Amino acid sequence: MKKSHKGLSVATLLLAGIMTVTACGKNSNENTSPSQEASKAPAASKAAVSETMYIPIICKGFQHQFWQAVKIGAEKAAAEFGAEISFEGPETEEQVDKQLEMLQVALGKKPSAIGFAALDSKASIPLLQQAKDSNIPIIAFDSGVDSDIPVTTASTDNKKAAALAADKMAELIGGKGEIAMVVHDQTSRTGVDRRDGFKEQIESKYPDIKIVDLQYSGDPLKATDITKAILQAHPTLKGIFGSNEGAAIGVVNGVKEANMVGKITAIGFDSGKAQLDAVREGLLAGSITQNPIGIGYETVKAAVAAIKGEPVEKNVDTGFYWYDKNNIDDAEIKAVLYE
Amino acid sequence: MNKTLVTHKSNRYPALIKSDFLQQLLAFGSLIVLVLVFSLASDNFFQFSNIVGILLSTAVVGVLALGATFVIITGGIDLSVGTVMTLTAVMTGVSITYWGWPIWAGLLVGISTGALCGFVSGVAVAKMKIPPFIATLAVMMIAKGLALVISGTRPVYFPSPDKGFRFSDISLDSLFNKIIPGFKIPNAVVIFFAVAIIGSIILSRTIIGRYNFAIGSNEEATRLSGVNVNYWKILIYTITGIFTAIAGILIASRLNSAQPALGMGYELEAIAAVVIGGTSLSGGKGSILGTVIGALIMSVLTNGLRIMSVPQEWQTVVVGFVIFLAVYMDIIRRKKAS
Repeated sequence: MKKSHKGLSVATLLLAGIMTVTACGKNSNENTSPSQEASKAPAASKAAVSETMYIPIICKGFQHQFWQAVKIGAEKAAAEFGAEISFEGPETEEQVDKQLEMLQVALGKKPSAIGFAALDSKASIPLLQQAKDSNIPIIAFDSGVDSDIPVTTASTDNKKAAALAADKMAELIGGKGEIAMVVHDQTSRTGVDRRDGFKEQIESKYPDIKIVDLQYSGDPLKATDITKAILQAHPTLKGIFGSNEGAAIGVVNGVKEANMVGKITAIGFDSGKAQLDAVREGLLAGSITQNPIGIGYETVKAAVAAIKGEPVEKNVDTGFYWYDKNNIDDAEIKAVLYE
Repeated sequence: MNKTLVTHKSNRYPALIKSDFLQQLLAFGSLIVLVLVFSLASDNFFQFSNIVGILLSTAVVGVLALGATFVIITGGIDLSVGTVMTLTAVMTGVSITYWGWPIWAGLLVGISTGALCGFVSGVAVAKMKIPPFIATLAVMMIAKGLALVISGTRPVYFPSPDKGFRFSDISLDSLFNKIIPGFKIPNAVVIFFAVAIIGSIILSRTIIGRYNFAIGSNEEATRLSGVNVNYWKILIYTITGIFTAIAGILIASRLNSAQPALGMGYELEAIAAVVIGGTSLSGGKGSILGTVIGALIMSVLTNGLRIMSVPQEWQTVVVGFVIFLAVYMDIIRRKKAS
């Protein structure tokens, strides 16, 4: 009896301890998280005012530098329009469940609006419905959601962007031959759109080009091995398209490790230091860049407009650009590239 | 007391070696069959460049699996190897790129980080009596978080000077080629096999290995015979940590960058390789050679399926079935033996 009492009290103590620790963790998170510091500063003076706009922004992950650039744009707009934002996302772009949890928590904080880049275009719909029911405007960014709930979607037209990559590929390999694709995932809107955009363009416009292999990975190490296997399986291959930063780095590494530099036309997507270096060194023929800073900026701008009840367009196309060795240092391109 | 343990062991040892040998023969046989099947299925499979590619793609998970073998033989498990690998890569990157330390010092920082993480897991398991699954789960999350914090959530790129030794040369240059021209086997592959030989020596020729098996077969009996089980356990987890750090250095140098968000899931691939290689998750049985073969089976399988352009979703399904098959064959064989 005595023993069980002891066990119980120990358990209670432990539980209390854990709760204190988690509570502290939460507090310190909210106070010192670097993502919030910057945005909190301008809003701090207005914190007491009830009408301070609080806009949590949920991105797709930390794996790619792309999101850091989106964050810069969002912070810029937040400072400009006097909104308070937080910026978070799951560690990797496979964690659909984690992201939904973050959305749930964000909803619980009674925000003025939410910026959301869905990892899965359908999974979040029930939660978004909740947001709609409590009159919280949702701004979709980067990837759309298969629903009418978001007041607007600030994103790149990924299908068109990938079609441009396909045109460049066709041009560079001389309009015929075998090519392959390494796509970062099968389920996200960007993965699906870039895959289909590239594929459809090749199939409809270039009958002499054949896509002989299509594999998936956004993990640079895995994408490297995949690229090498593709090269091994198709000795007459002329080009490979990597659909995001991780996939493109993998393609570059794979081509390099297989000693096929110069024989394979590699085309990437997005930027990041590794891709920029690869373009400069000629390992990558070129790449498509989105305008991540613009995406972040437009998201917050649209959120502020929606909160104030101003009309917003259903789609904000943030644009995309082709860059290669020749234009990588042009001012217009430089502004949308990030390391 | 000590004496009984010794005689007990000397009785048991030949049998152990024998059954291990059989298991390895079986695993090696499956590897050969796989290679044969893929060679017949595609002309592009059995080529020097592809075999080297397979070996290179085995190196990272292979070294992780080698490390995990030690802990698994004690009857424990180490779930932290994937993210500790990432943390060591990040620490190596930060010290070389941001602090400007020479490469050897960066490697030392990486190895120490891995050893420290292993030590923490070891202390948690041995002294604090936290079950290995939970202790290493905690370390897994701590390492994952720290890797993101320390790197500032962005990849750390290594400098690549035009002249002199580059960090990426650790994995991708070929010392082998300089000794025997024409055989361009990347260093990562050589390191993988070197680490395997060292691991094998530790496991079969040193006291660490002997106590490792003893703890795994019967921890209580080992303790009762006067062995300081806690001490050896902590040492074994630390060794796993050091092996993990070597994998971290390999992945960082192959990607010429430390990617802080990678690593989750690699621990399961490593454990799968260990298990396919015939090491028992209940401890007391296993070998380094088995793990090497297990890791090779995994990468031959993925490479072969990729070359045959099997859709990726199905590749994962097939690997899952192979794990089933490998472990089940092991169970049948052991039933027959007893």
